[in-house]
Amino acid sequence: MIADIGIVCFPGSNCEHDVSRALEALGASTQILWHGADSVGEVGAVVIPGGFAHGDYLRPGAIARFSPIMRAVGDFAANGGPVVGICNGFQVLTEAGLLPGALTRNVGLRFICQTVECTVESTSSTITSRAQPGTVLRLPINHYEGNYTCDPATLAEVERRGQVVLRYRENPNGAMNAIAGVANPAGNVVGLMPHPERASDPLGAGTDGIVLFEALLEAAGAWQTVSRRSAPADAAI
Amino acid sequence: MNYGIVVDIRGLAGLADPEGLAIERALPSLGFSGVQGVHVGKVFRFSVEAASAAEARRTAGEMCDRLLANPVIERAEIRVLAGEEVSEA
Repeated sequence: MIADIGIVCFPGSNCEHDVSRALEALGASTQILWHGADSVGEVGAVVIPGGFAHGDYLRPGAIARFSPIMRAVGDFAANGGPVVGICNGFQVLTEAGLLPGALTRNVGLRFICQTVECTVESTSSTITSRAQPGTVLRLPINHYEGNYTCDPATLAEVERRGQVVLRYRENPNGAMNAIAGVANPAGNVVGLMPHPERASDPLGAGTDGIVLFEALLEAAGAWQTVSRRSAPADAAI
Repeated sequence: MNYGIVVDIRGLAGLADPEGLAIERALPSLGFSGVQGVHVGKVFRFSVEAASAAEARRTAGEMCDRLLANPVIERAEIRVLAGEEVSEA
């Protein structure tokens, strides 16, 4: 079964086609979901890509969370559907309250654009299930506000529950506990600052992102199978 | 009645404020010594129609909770202005 993945596009998103290309290279079909839509359709997973949704005005993700499609994304996530936010998409998911914490300005106030090494921590998330714990992935980061921040109690809880999915080997931005990616407690919603789509082709920044997208495809295929089995339309056939 | 609102947003105590720190470190090089605790925040100024100052404050509080501030990293302080002060808001 070919997984169908929806990629949300806000005014100011700029990585939606990169994500689409990387996922299609792995055999998925993709569709761009405009932020004004009020449904995510029949997709098996939703990706919120990088960029500067709504110009990053106010705070990154602060206005995007009120785009009509975010209500549908919230429902999709609450039902267990796989949702991944990359970079600005991670910021949108924290602002929307779908992931704990917030992303603030990098310590050092530098926009960082480089390939960094990240260790796979938890493998019980929708994007790390195909990787081995402890695996080091080389992934590009490209952000000014990637400093993962939350209160001490939340940080302890996120660590205790194994919600940290990726951790920088050398902390580039001051993120608490060098967190590069977190999941919700169920593991179906994940946010990460690195861009796996930019590490999905030997001509780009390597191919270490592929293992993450393969996991997403697997989760999307499984989700589509489950949701179609339980869809009312099936009963009429 | 029209009430002027000033919302002062600042980062929660204890969170990194790299911008404030950078400015604090720059000041001594201009001869300003002894400056401490520089913090960079945000200010919103607007006016709202409300039946009372209390209602105006409540409305502004809801705006802060839902959009203007992120409670994970920021806190908001609201001032309500009336009469002559409104035009200065």
